[in-house]
Amino acid sequence: MATKVLMYGWEFPPHNSGGLGVACMGLTRALAKEGFDITFVLPKAVPVSPDGIAIKFANTDKLKTRSINSPLTPYMTSGKYSKLFGRGGGLYGDDLLAEVKRYALLGGKLVEEDDYDVIYAHDWLSFGAGLEAKRISGKPLMVHIHATEFDRVGGGGINEEVYQLEKDGFEQADCVVAVSQYTKDMVVKKYGIPSEKVMVVHNGIDEATFPYVARETDILSGFKDAGYKIVLYYGRITIQKGVDYLIKAAKKVLEHNPKVIFLVVGSGDMQRQLMHEAAYYKIGDKVLFHEFMRGQALADTISSADVVVMPSVSEPFGIVPLEAMKLNTPVIISKQSGVSEVVQHALKVDFWDTDEMANMILGVVGYKGLSDTLKENGRQQVEHVTWQKAAQTIKGIISNFFNWLEEK
Amino acid sequence: MTSLCFYFQVHQPYRVKKYRVFDIGKDSQYFNDDGQGKTNNKKILAKVAEKSYYPTTKLILELLKKHKEFKASYSFSGIALEQMQEVAPDLIDLFKEAVDTGRVEILGETYHHSLSFFYSQEEFEKQVQMHKDLIWKLFGVRPEVFRNTELSYRNDLAYWADDKGYKGIIAEGWDKVLGWRSPNFLYRPVGTSRIKVLLKNYKLSDDIAFRFSSRDWAEWPLTTPKFAEWFNSTNGNGDTVNLFMDYETFGEHQWEDTGIFHFLRALPGEILKHPDNNFKTPSEVVRSFPTRGDLDVPYILTWADTDRDLTAWVGNPMQHQAIDAVYQLEDKIMKSKDEILIEAWRKLTTSDHFYYMCTKWFNDGDVHAYFSPYESPYDAFMNYMNVINDLRIRVDAAA
Repeated sequence: MATKVLMYGWEFPPHNSGGLGVACMGLTRALAKEGFDITFVLPKAVPVSPDGIAIKFANTDKLKTRSINSPLTPYMTSGKYSKLFGRGGGLYGDDLLAEVKRYALLGGKLVEEDDYDVIYAHDWLSFGAGLEAKRISGKPLMVHIHATEFDRVGGGGINEEVYQLEKDGFEQADCVVAVSQYTKDMVVKKYGIPSEKVMVVHNGIDEATFPYVARETDILSGFKDAGYKIVLYYGRITIQKGVDYLIKAAKKVLEHNPKVIFLVVGSGDMQRQLMHEAAYYKIGDKVLFHEFMRGQALADTISSADVVVMPSVSEPFGIVPLEAMKLNTPVIISKQSGVSEVVQHALKVDFWDTDEMANMILGVVGYKGLSDTLKENGRQQVEHVTWQKAAQTIKGIISNFFNWLEEK
Repeated sequence: MTSLCFYFQVHQPYRVKKYRVFDIGKDSQYFNDDGQGKTNNKKILAKVAEKSYYPTTKLILELLKKHKEFKASYSFSGIALEQMQEVAPDLIDLFKEAVDTGRVEILGETYHHSLSFFYSQEEFEKQVQMHKDLIWKLFGVRPEVFRNTELSYRNDLAYWADDKGYKGIIAEGWDKVLGWRSPNFLYRPVGTSRIKVLLKNYKLSDDIAFRFSSRDWAEWPLTTPKFAEWFNSTNGNGDTVNLFMDYETFGEHQWEDTGIFHFLRALPGEILKHPDNNFKTPSEVVRSFPTRGDLDVPYILTWADTDRDLTAWVGNPMQHQAIDAVYQLEDKIMKSKDEILIEAWRKLTTSDHFYYMCTKWFNDGDVHAYFSPYESPYDAFMNYMNVINDLRIRVDAAA
């Protein structure tokens, strides 16, 4: 009998705003291949049809709830939500937390529909639903942490209630899966969770989650023909992502080599500030902003860049370098990231060390041998960082866990 | 009758300090890290001397006194001796004491431990001459047997050494070159008539140098009676067992608490228990035994990794770019006649710099990781290339 898993998430491609949905898809597909019978629960009905995975929605008519058509994303802090909608005077942002609670109640009940072996919840938005399902059914609960509140606020003040929801999830779960040692350390230190309860399972990349290959296009050819090298950042432009450090490094790079263009693709609440900063440094003509891209267009942009930089202040994992490496583009990544634990063929820098970041950028754009070696080794390495590997590790964790339960 | 021939490699490079693009044109000191980092050359030499060079050399002196039959040989890089003169001059005295017994031989090599033979024969010959001069100055002897950097060898190197009057030359006893033949005999480099090649018995050498403390090894712990038994089994099937290894094997690669010094202390006595065994230096081996066939090595053979080729130093695009860049500067540097620039350039020809850029992590990369002072091969490359660019600017300014 296949192990039946009831899994709670918040988003799923193509209806996702970022990495959490992609990670959930990559992992559930790989787990299904490993023989798990997975039912994936989402808070609201969207047309998704991944192979081999049953999808349920917490707001279906059967449950008699209304659809949650909110613009919430897993990356939004509760504080930001309140600000966006101009209500909720307190820290609590009635709406986000209320919806999380509603999802917990409605989603949790779905456990009654079948006889599941394991309950599995991704990130704090779904922890409540997982806990409720555990309470109703008494089945073991695993929680998978993709990002903590500390990552999202990038060193700023955390939301206490979100922190508490995360902490409750970690404490009451039978097992916590963290996307990196970096994240595990945070769960242990900042939430006081015993180390032996937290397992590290690194994310991966595969054809299903990232089906693109490097190809020749004329994207950015105007710059390239004029002898410019392209440094690319892509992702959200928020405090967590550290793009401001990249701008500081850009200033130093351009003092030494004016033939470099910095392309910042994405949007976020820091975009305006960074534009001002670039203008202040008088490098506005060399730092270009472009709106959020996805799919083939993004892949082609990555392929045509000379280097991709991920300067995150705190990155639980960080899938960006894996995408770039798969597309044959060298990467510079912050040491404050989980992904730096699994890739060797990347340049690694402390996000705050903008001298070193600039030194590395100048190295990659200036020394062909460096760029070629990073490409060659990076592409080979990334073939071994797969979701299947992650799923196999989780399979091992689950079977160990059941053995342990039986012995008890 | 079997002889045991020991040769110890003593080498320390001048490691390049952290050197960023921003330092180009501003800082012309490349090797002077005086901090707590891993590129502080003086600190490293002092540490290695304390853990390995002093205790091992004292032990070798003790063995020379205790066993009249005991013999050994050293291959020193010039830059290792130079650094010892500065940081630990009494170490040179200990080596001198050993050489003065007449039972310790010194081999010839390049002063800067470079791969110059394959990139610039002119520079190679200069570095060999510099080495010869230093060995004469410090020890009063002339090397008769040649050993090239990283044991790198090719037919044309043997022609060169033969031409220069060396009696012997050393190479790796690699199965793919030898086929069914044993490394425990001397061979004649193909196309030569006088010089003989001594081959490293890598299995027995590596049992000491690499596997000695490995608990995963079925033969652990390695005792002297066990090792002597393996040695004795070559009797009747070989003239000489050549045990070649880094000197740092004793006390640095294999720490004192692994028992490596006890092993070395007991080994000569154990070997000499068998009346047919003795010790010989490389030149004695060459004089004592005939060659048993030709050895043809048309491609570069080294001691490293599972490939025994040069790819640990010149394998990936970074290594190619770096080594090409340094040798491309040779003409300009020499024309400048500026001793400071020439010396800085020569220190950059040392093979270790390229080894640190090796990215073969997946198979035998652990060895590389252990010996590198840099966070990654990429960091090693960036420092090196930045320094090369600074040197280029300096030599252009001097022109």
